[in-house]
Amino acid sequence: MAADGHELTINGETCSLAGTDPATNALDFLRDRGLTGAKEGCAEGECGACSIMVARPDEGGGTRWTAINACLIPAAALDGQEVVTSEGLGTPDDLHPVQREMAVRGGSQCGYCTPGFVCSMAAEYYRADRSEPAASNGHGADHEHGPNGFDLHALSGNLCRCTGYRPIRDAAFALGSPSDDDGYAARRSSPAPVAASTRLAGTSGTFARPADLAEALDLLAAQPEAVLVAGSTDWGVDVNIKGSRAAYAIGIDRVPELRTFDFGDDRVEIGAALTLSEVERLLAGRVPLLAQLFPQFASRLIRNGATIGGNLGTGSPIGDTPPALLALEATLVLASRDGEREVPLADYFTGYRQTVRQPGELIRAVRIPLPLSGITAFHKIAKRRFDDISSVAVGFAIDVRHGVVAKARIGLGGVAATPIRALATEAALEGRPWTADVVREAADVMRSEGTPLDDHRSSAAYRKAMLGTALLKLHADDTETQTEEVPA
Amino acid sequence: MSALSDRPTNPVVGESLPHEAASLHVTGQALYTDDLVGRLPGTLHAHPVQAPHAHARVTRLDVSAAYDVPGVVRVLTADDVPGVNDAGIKHDEPLFPSEVMYYGHSVCWVLGETLEAARLGSLAVEVDYEPLPALVTVKDAIAADSFQGGQPRMERGDIDAGFEAATHVFSGEFEFAGQEHFYLETHCSLAQVDENGQVFVQCSTQHPTETQDIVAHVLGTPSHAVTVQCLRMGGGFGGKEMQPHGYAAIAALGATLTGRPVRLRLTRNQDITMSGKRHGFHAQWRVGFDDTGHLVALDATLTADGGWSLDLSEPVLARALCHIDNAYWIPNVRVNGRIAKSHKTSQTAFRGFGGPQGMLVIEDILGRCAPLLGLDPIDLRRRNFYVHGQATPYGQPVRHPERAVTCWEQVLTTGDVAARQAEIAAYNSIHEHSKRALAMTPVKFGISFNLTAFNQAGALVHVYKDGSVLINHGGTEMGQGLHTKMLQVAATALGVPLSMVRLAPTRTDKVPNTSATAASSGADLNGGAVKNACEQITERLRSLAGERFEVAPAEVTFSDGMVSGGGESMPWAEFVNLAYFNRIQLWAAGYYRTEGLHWDSSIMQGSPFKYFAYGVAATEVEVDGFTGAYRTRRVDIVHDVGDSLSPLVDIGQVEGGFVQGAGWLTLEDLRWDESDGPNRGRLATQAASTYKLPSFSEMPEEFNVALLEQAHEDGAVYGSKAVGEPPLMLAFSVREALRQAAAAFGPAGTSIDLASPATPEAVWWAIQEARGGAEPPHMTAMVEGGTGVVPDQPGNGAHPIEPRSERAQRVSSGA
Repeated sequence: MAADGHELTINGETCSLAGTDPATNALDFLRDRGLTGAKEGCAEGECGACSIMVARPDEGGGTRWTAINACLIPAAALDGQEVVTSEGLGTPDDLHPVQREMAVRGGSQCGYCTPGFVCSMAAEYYRADRSEPAASNGHGADHEHGPNGFDLHALSGNLCRCTGYRPIRDAAFALGSPSDDDGYAARRSSPAPVAASTRLAGTSGTFARPADLAEALDLLAAQPEAVLVAGSTDWGVDVNIKGSRAAYAIGIDRVPELRTFDFGDDRVEIGAALTLSEVERLLAGRVPLLAQLFPQFASRLIRNGATIGGNLGTGSPIGDTPPALLALEATLVLASRDGEREVPLADYFTGYRQTVRQPGELIRAVRIPLPLSGITAFHKIAKRRFDDISSVAVGFAIDVRHGVVAKARIGLGGVAATPIRALATEAALEGRPWTADVVREAADVMRSEGTPLDDHRSSAAYRKAMLGTALLKLHADDTETQTEEVPA
Repeated sequence: MSALSDRPTNPVVGESLPHEAASLHVTGQALYTDDLVGRLPGTLHAHPVQAPHAHARVTRLDVSAAYDVPGVVRVLTADDVPGVNDAGIKHDEPLFPSEVMYYGHSVCWVLGETLEAARLGSLAVEVDYEPLPALVTVKDAIAADSFQGGQPRMERGDIDAGFEAATHVFSGEFEFAGQEHFYLETHCSLAQVDENGQVFVQCSTQHPTETQDIVAHVLGTPSHAVTVQCLRMGGGFGGKEMQPHGYAAIAALGATLTGRPVRLRLTRNQDITMSGKRHGFHAQWRVGFDDTGHLVALDATLTADGGWSLDLSEPVLARALCHIDNAYWIPNVRVNGRIAKSHKTSQTAFRGFGGPQGMLVIEDILGRCAPLLGLDPIDLRRRNFYVHGQATPYGQPVRHPERAVTCWEQVLTTGDVAARQAEIAAYNSIHEHSKRALAMTPVKFGISFNLTAFNQAGALVHVYKDGSVLINHGGTEMGQGLHTKMLQVAATALGVPLSMVRLAPTRTDKVPNTSATAASSGADLNGGAVKNACEQITERLRSLAGERFEVAPAEVTFSDGMVSGGGESMPWAEFVNLAYFNRIQLWAAGYYRTEGLHWDSSIMQGSPFKYFAYGVAATEVEVDGFTGAYRTRRVDIVHDVGDSLSPLVDIGQVEGGFVQGAGWLTLEDLRWDESDGPNRGRLATQAASTYKLPSFSEMPEEFNVALLEQAHEDGAVYGSKAVGEPPLMLAFSVREALRQAAAAFGPAGTSIDLASPATPEAVWWAIQEARGGAEPPHMTAMVEGGTGVVPDQPGNGAHPIEPRSERAQRVSSGA
């Protein structure tokens, strides 16, 4: 036990956090201790060269090995946690099965991204339900899903500049199941470490992790300027790239009251500190619009850290959950020491990175009313299919009854200073028949929603054009689906 | 077969082996320069002060406030340079500039006890700037007549007669983007001062000798006082051929001034904003075809956007000119080249080194003209292939043109191209909102440095008394598998198992005066040198074995770890030990130079290449008509690597090169701020979040790569061919498939002008063009008939590239 009690387990060995500044990320912390396998490739969670595995609770009371970006998470946030790096998985004389497949199949060339790939791949290797027949989760074996159940999206946050990925895919798809004497596999059946309640002070400021919501709200009341850090996938970028430093940061990602989940009769309530990966698993496809969103949201590495509340808390106009949640008419539960209030997401954003959230408040949960609309889709326009930021994002939730649009809810991202509802388009659809002509008229309305800008992601003209085609695409996809469903 | 290319029985070359460091890579135990920092207590960290202007004069530099920041140890400025204040060799790249030449140019460097201290110190440095007008785009530079370096012209035949004889003439203009290397490991140097003032720099460099040269001239010391070592690089791709030197010199300067080790590792943002990239080009062209679709004349002017300093722009441009023919016979040719001087990073080597840019021009021309000629693009390309007896526009006979044909036919067959074309046509006829297309493109790429002098290499091979072998060579390992191949070459040449051979890191005090590991030549050159060293040793052993076995020395064989002759044999280790006691030298310095090359850059004529590498790719894409988004459904490649030294390595190079090329052509988007605002000249895509590399989502869904069989190359080590660069250009097939798919949204015969990179947005505009909708922003009119629009011709001040000017005035610049 370290003198101050702040410690974590790295590759099975206890390591003290004493003297670690709260601005120090886990990657630098590991590298300063001689564990140089994890690398810095971008320092913003895009390349995955820093990927490590952490022991996180699974939904059944056991442990799930979870790959995250070490460059984004403060080392302090790992207090009490268990970490595994590429060095801990195997040695050159005793390679881990993942390492062996990567090595013999030419999965490494320069090798710099490789330890990160190995950790992301190992986390998927240890996914308890991976060996289920691939077809049962809606995916047959295809170019993104291996015959061994390996989901290639597990590697969507890892970039390789050398190989072109084919040998890495082959390595992933060749993996078997962990052997009986595999300690990491065995670790899954006992509970994950409880996140320690922490206070770590350094020259740049203090990192505090409250034990529960009451303590979190007390801290927030006492430190109204504090930075709220959940998965740190946004804050970590500010620290690394912009040089931001927090005098006081409050880690809320493990507060139990923020990690609840309830799928009720008239609404779903999702705890704000659930990660997007956790939400995806808990929903298990029951909200099809979100099921479409998740694989397009950043990468698996980011989704393993990023929380649904965090994506709303940053107030970004290009976050990917707001357009979907706007279409779903979600509300936010904001909590403070004075109690809770519920705010429609449509009223939450007030300006560029501005929201109605008051000092002393945090997002406790997101609520989605039920029943859901019949036609839903999430369209993301970006340069790259995996792991990119939207230039335009559109969430659709449309109810068609007897051929007429009974209700239309359309959320837009990337076309204004905040995520917005396409209110004029919704009005142009509601009460009218769901036909190509009506859709074409409404699409023209949608083309002029928002105030798109020119930037490096795309031109304003393209953004407008994409607003104009989104509804056409939705209608075409919906019509084609119906046609295909008609028995021949 | 030549002695160089002949393989003995049971060679270790040709075996499919994993990368020699694979088990170190996967366990995180492979060390890169920055991983060494923890082994050097007291290391200082360097951080730049980057200017927020594209062009400005530094009117005041006051570093005093930096020293008030706790942990700041030293600020390095121009006043500290004891030697030459130049990061290059042409005296146009001041290490500490008084005139800022691009947005992010570093004016000084702060050394701190921690990186955080250095960073905070850099924020405290006060700099006043007088902003100056900045040329940001290549068109800005052309309009301002801002050029640098030579303006080569490559000519053959009679251009006027060619156009007069042509039955179809088209003209056009094409501007296409460069590419960020985005090696996963950013630039990194770690310098320390050893005993007696010997400076030791560990550096992520493709060119240790030149890093040594620059460090020496900055420090004002002879080269013998500087040693550079490169353990390995986390990717190079040309970005570490010329660019590491200045950073290494900063670290070395800091180490000599403070007496402490200095680490300089760029963050990703610093690396992207400060380091050079693949050159973007502007091209004007006119082309003539006869009535059977054969090229008869090409007139083009290529303008490379060189950025602020000359760097490697001249040889890059020369290679672009030498590859504008790709695999096609063009009887009448005139190509002018020039290098724009603009206020951007100094563009530099990048895999293909101008070759891709030259070839992109002709492939773009063919892709645009095929529909106008009424020809299937596959047919148009195939009918223009070189045939035996023809020569390139620069006068080099095209050897083995039949290999391109063989690759082409093999792809047609194994790729099932005809049947798939029919499937695609059927698919397109019933899908209004989605179109598919398949395109095939060839590659012919010249192997050797254009500048003949660089085609030499050295090696040092030690055989120890226990029979174990240690090899050194001048090449660097950046992931391309060079070390793996060199181990295989040594094991083959000595006839010992691979396990007996070990490779030591690349160091300038082991093998001096090396060439860059570049131009795909690493295995050819260093393989020749390693083989030569091994053969010197076996020649000496051969004499002893002849005496011992009572046979003629020529009868002695070295194979499978045995030395044999006259029916007798002895294990290698035992024989080596015997040789030691017979006072036989068991080590050798090897040397290799490529024979038969000559090149005159002043007239752009000669035979600069030892041979050509060939390859063919067929790519099928599917494009969404609502968004322009696309996916690559299938890729089939047949590529010529000679008789492969190491097939797993070579296939990895082909696949990786292809995907990197596809990234350049479709995804990777360098966007400089071209506005007149305060950020003019700033790179907007300066992070992994905004500059997107191909990820898993861009990998072809089906990816079939085959190496051409029975492809022995007589002029290279063990019959092999170079592989690093040529496959990158197979990615033209992706771009051409996207063009064809976009065209399929319009009526038959639609010619499409596709921007490069062909991002989903660019493809969407191309679709709009095909549909006859809004005119896309990149549209350039093509004019048919007459003799076309003559491209810009060189002005009065233009001069050709001087022979050797690629590396002029190197000698004694630092001594």
